[in-house]
Amino acid sequence: MSHHFQEPESLSAIPLIVSEAPRLPRRTVFKWFVAVAATLQLGDALVFGAEPVPGVPPVSATGYGSDPLLNHTYKPGDNWSLTLSRTQRAAAIALADVILPADNLGPAASELRVIDFVDEWVSAPYPAQLLDRDIVLPGLDWLDAEASRRFGRVFAALALEQQRAICDDICFAQRATDAFRSGARFFSRFRSLTAAAYYATPEGWEAIGYVGNQPSLNYEGPPEEVLTRLGVEQTVR
Amino acid sequence: MLTIKAEQATKDYDVIIVGSGAGGGQMAFTLTLAGIKCLMLEAGRAYDPVAETPMFQRKDQAPLLGTSTPDKQFFGFHDATIDGGWEMEAEPYTQASDKPEEQFWWWRARMLGGRTNHWGRISLRNGPYDFKPKSRDGFGLDWPIDYDEIEAYYTKVEQLIGVYGSNEGLENTPNSPDGVLQPPPKGRAGELLAQKHGKTLGIPIIPIHRAVLTQKLDADRLPAKLFPGNTWAQKIVGDAMRARAACFWATPCGRGCSTGANYQSTTVHLPPALATGNLDIVANAHVREVLLGPDGKASGVLFIDKTTGKDVQVNARAVVLAASSGETVRIMLNSKSTLFPDGIANGSGLVGKYIMDTVGTSLQGQIPALENLPPYNEDGAGGSHFYAPWWLYKEAGKLGFPRGYHIEMGATRGMPGGGNPLPDDLGAGAYGARYKQEARRYYGSFMGFACRGEMIPNDNCFAELDDTVKDKWGVPVLKWHWKWAEHEQRMCDHAEQTFKQLIETMGGTVRTVTTGRNHIDPGGKIIHEVGGAIMGSHRNTSVCNGYNQTWDVKNLFLVDGTPFPSNADKNPTLTIMALAWRAGDYLVDQSKKGLL
Repeated sequence: MSHHFQEPESLSAIPLIVSEAPRLPRRTVFKWFVAVAATLQLGDALVFGAEPVPGVPPVSATGYGSDPLLNHTYKPGDNWSLTLSRTQRAAAIALADVILPADNLGPAASELRVIDFVDEWVSAPYPAQLLDRDIVLPGLDWLDAEASRRFGRVFAALALEQQRAICDDICFAQRATDAFRSGARFFSRFRSLTAAAYYATPEGWEAIGYVGNQPSLNYEGPPEEVLTRLGVEQTVR
Repeated sequence: MLTIKAEQATKDYDVIIVGSGAGGGQMAFTLTLAGIKCLMLEAGRAYDPVAETPMFQRKDQAPLLGTSTPDKQFFGFHDATIDGGWEMEAEPYTQASDKPEEQFWWWRARMLGGRTNHWGRISLRNGPYDFKPKSRDGFGLDWPIDYDEIEAYYTKVEQLIGVYGSNEGLENTPNSPDGVLQPPPKGRAGELLAQKHGKTLGIPIIPIHRAVLTQKLDADRLPAKLFPGNTWAQKIVGDAMRARAACFWATPCGRGCSTGANYQSTTVHLPPALATGNLDIVANAHVREVLLGPDGKASGVLFIDKTTGKDVQVNARAVVLAASSGETVRIMLNSKSTLFPDGIANGSGLVGKYIMDTVGTSLQGQIPALENLPPYNEDGAGGSHFYAPWWLYKEAGKLGFPRGYHIEMGATRGMPGGGNPLPDDLGAGAYGARYKQEARRYYGSFMGFACRGEMIPNDNCFAELDDTVKDKWGVPVLKWHWKWAEHEQRMCDHAEQTFKQLIETMGGTVRTVTTGRNHIDPGGKIIHEVGGAIMGSHRNTSVCNGYNQTWDVKNLFLVDGTPFPSNADKNPTLTIMALAWRAGDYLVDQSKKGLL
């Protein structure tokens, strides 16, 4: 924050993308956007088109305004309606669980209602989110179409190996073939959004190794084990 | 916080203070404790940090996981700023140029306490060089005062607000007197690692100074130092100090602090000022102009009561502007009279000229040594613990740019959420259990380094009134002119090379591929706007004197960033407060002598 370091609350928590300059098709209208672009990792609107995407219903809600209640606990749906269709939700829940399954590090995405946050995101009336809406909604529809084409059922109804077979083709944009380029862009954005939600929860904190947000009398700094591993000494006594 | 309605502001006020942030807050504190009756006008709404600060909210408890939107710009949902940002519908501003690199981003915070509610709390003293830059290298402008004249006020402000840090005795990086600074917090893993490797490059990474209480203020001892012989003032200030808690090592400072553990005007300056009984505050008071009496002195202020839309006039024996550089300039230029057709106290024609921001650029690296560290709490003091002051004063002649920058750094296992913790290139397609393992591996291994450098004032950076555009209340708005000079560009090139070296020396890899040339932050983005009504030693070449008093109108004072004739790499807030306290003492003295 500068005046301070003007970055999000935790600089290291939101890494940047290497050499992937975010495209800002509506820059003249949303000048402020430039500042947040790098940290938000904006979706590439050209993938599914910067123009309104056929079949994606417009968002008509208004935002929370410049003076929202801050000392308050919100949940998805409090500020605007969620808009994913039942079919899209089912695909999204299934895909999120493939990306973030239950394992030794923590519960599955669906147990943390991660898709509620994704739905809130793609239903929001703000420019960055509207760009994502145009990526995520058609992407979910594509996922079901692709699942039907290959296996004759929607994505949520597939066996895990079948779901993974599709994901393997779209999980890394740099290696995706031309046929899966759009699918890969969607997957990248969707993985980013589900992870953004998953790791915002206490269970996600534990999964990633965050300890904090609790009051204490003293700040002890890194434990001896950490200092030893890094080969440094605590220089503040 | 207690405010009164516009129609209740009918007392016989000595001084009207426009603005409630660092400068206005300090002025109100100084004057009211000297027995001066003040009326403070704040353009935004009243704000109570005790009730309104989101202290422990998680990101999954905020809309859109707490990320920024046009309604909560850049710092995210939980940032303390309300009704503010770079773009405000009710209060537009214009640009002289269509080119993005020649535009200025003007941040406003329309709320009681202004930007102090969310600022980074970085509190660095200007050093002796910083007051005489032109004398040293021939560029820019000197201040009419030197470090010795303001040193005692830096100390007083540090004692009042509480600043942690250490005395390292480095060049042009002043020590505070013994016992003034609060103990610095322990270094975090990444900060200690950077410190160790910085040493091999000759970069001194040391504890930063921030206005956060690492222990409770000594309320039994400090008030007597600040107000010797004045038991009434000591009691009020002591009570205010006792009401502030020490930091409990959680919750980022940018949200504000409900326990008063860091400095913001609304928890440190305004409560004791109100306790004197000498301060009235009117919120939602959008100032139209400063009024000029027939004697050529400021007689009061005309403002729009935003709750009714009506114009209200208030009168006083002196007026203090502390509305932020841009807004103070705007008010002055809009205050036209027969005597001052180009704006009040603008005989020099320099109101609006020489506006500066801080030179900003940043680079992020990924440091393998920080991967997979055992989890531990790195929240710390809610902001940075270490920084590097400018270290190449001796090399200035060889660098191709005359002034310095300090390095701020972000290295923390901070509260996650709201963003993807595993960049696609590092994840290489990972999903499923492997994704979660990789996210955990890389968490906390990213470090950002930021250049915060000195901009030299130039003729191309200024603000004037727009001929046609008016705000929601019909007040003419500012039109900005901006152009970085070659010096600043070169500084960014140097900073980026330095950060790259540092990251690589730490065994890391640079995460962003840019050059300083195209990566300099836009003017105004660092939100350190200063200048616009500079102080100087002569009325023809400056707007005010070394006491923040305008040459032309002796009962008009400017105590925000406007009087800065240079913008050292040191963040301006502490200097704003020190100058405001000094100006307040001067105002009281002049008033007693009947000279205002």
